[in-house]
Amino acid sequence: MMLMSTRHVLLGLLVSGPSHGYDLKRRHDERFPQARPLAYGQVYTTLQRLVRDGLAEVDGTDADGGPERTMYRSTTEGSHELARWAGEIAPPAPFVTNEIFAKVVVSILSGGDPEAYLKAQRAAHMKRMRELTAVKTAKGADLSTLLSADYALNHLDADLRWMTTTAARLTTLTAEVDTA
Amino acid sequence: MNNGENAVPLLAARDLAKTHGRTQALRGASAELRAGEILAVTGASGSGKSTLLHCLAGIVRPDAGSVTYGGERLDRLPEKRLSGLRRGDFGVVFQFGQLIPELTALDNVALPLMLAGSSRGDAQARAGEWLERFGVRGQAGLRPGEMSGGQAQRTSLARALVTGPKVVFADEPTGALDSLASEQVMTALVHTARDSGTAVLLVTHDAQVAAYADREVRLSDGAVVPTGVTA
Repeated sequence: MMLMSTRHVLLGLLVSGPSHGYDLKRRHDERFPQARPLAYGQVYTTLQRLVRDGLAEVDGTDADGGPERTMYRSTTEGSHELARWAGEIAPPAPFVTNEIFAKVVVSILSGGDPEAYLKAQRAAHMKRMRELTAVKTAKGADLSTLLSADYALNHLDADLRWMTTTAARLTTLTAEVDTA
Repeated sequence: MNNGENAVPLLAARDLAKTHGRTQALRGASAELRAGEILAVTGASGSGKSTLLHCLAGIVRPDAGSVTYGGERLDRLPEKRLSGLRRGDFGVVFQFGQLIPELTALDNVALPLMLAGSSRGDAQARAGEWLERFGVRGQAGLRPGEMSGGQAQRTSLARALVTGPKVVFADEPTGALDSLASEQVMTALVHTARDSGTAVLLVTHDAQVAAYADREVRLSDGAVVPTGVTA
């Protein structure tokens, strides 16, 4: 299971009408501003796979004054696959393979300084949250930006809560060890 | 706006200690607020956040340490002068807005102006403008009990800012609100503070609310936690 299915996202963007790879990449990056921008190579490879699997088909070419570009459109099968995917429950995945979690556990196991790490990581998280909040509250921010910033902020906030609880647990644990 | 590390602070607390009964709320806490800056004071329940706000706002006097406002020792000012300062230079918002339940939103916001000597007509006209800024002009004729929590809190913010204070103290201003109402209140506060150059000292336990600030001071057991990283 992929964290975000580029295949289905591109299929979703094709629902509004035929489009070419360059336009799909541009619209993807606009709709998912906090996601990593798509590479052109990935867009074209994914489109070719969608065609191979019968989910999209070539819809002629469009020059529009520039270089000739292949247009793609979704097939009926593609629309059905998109509806199936959009309604499919995603596993409520706890992100226990997260780097922060791994570093804290390894630090505890190896006698490192997890509290110092947590403090510094917390400051970095807060800095990123301030940046995202500034993006979100800028006058004229569009819905995609709001949704994307909200999603990122809530996940960073979840990390922060875990870090705060862990720091408190470490303090309690240290106190217990010291008084033992 | 953040005025840089070297700017002279508008308000500064140094090594504050304060005990409530047998509980030591502050143990050497220090913090600075620069002109026009939005500063978040965060920490767990009982970490001393609200006590620090109360000391900085001149609501309570610290047992030890100093509070300086515009170069003057706030903690040594006589009560009469302190209360004049609180009315003129400071605005305060609490978790539950503490609006006067018998008055309409318009009269709640007009009240500080009337106490400062404005006529009822002038005060109401300016109050209306401030309700407009906070997007609650349509609720001007409602009493606090007839408004949603978010509308009441935006009215409280209008009341805190209507006199043109240099500093607004906000103690968990979104603590009783859902996430969207909280966002509306914070966005309104931040935009208005930035536009008017008002400094804000924001006490919150919520990281998403603290993220509206330029900077964060984190308290634990009544003292500031060094982060080791410049915010």
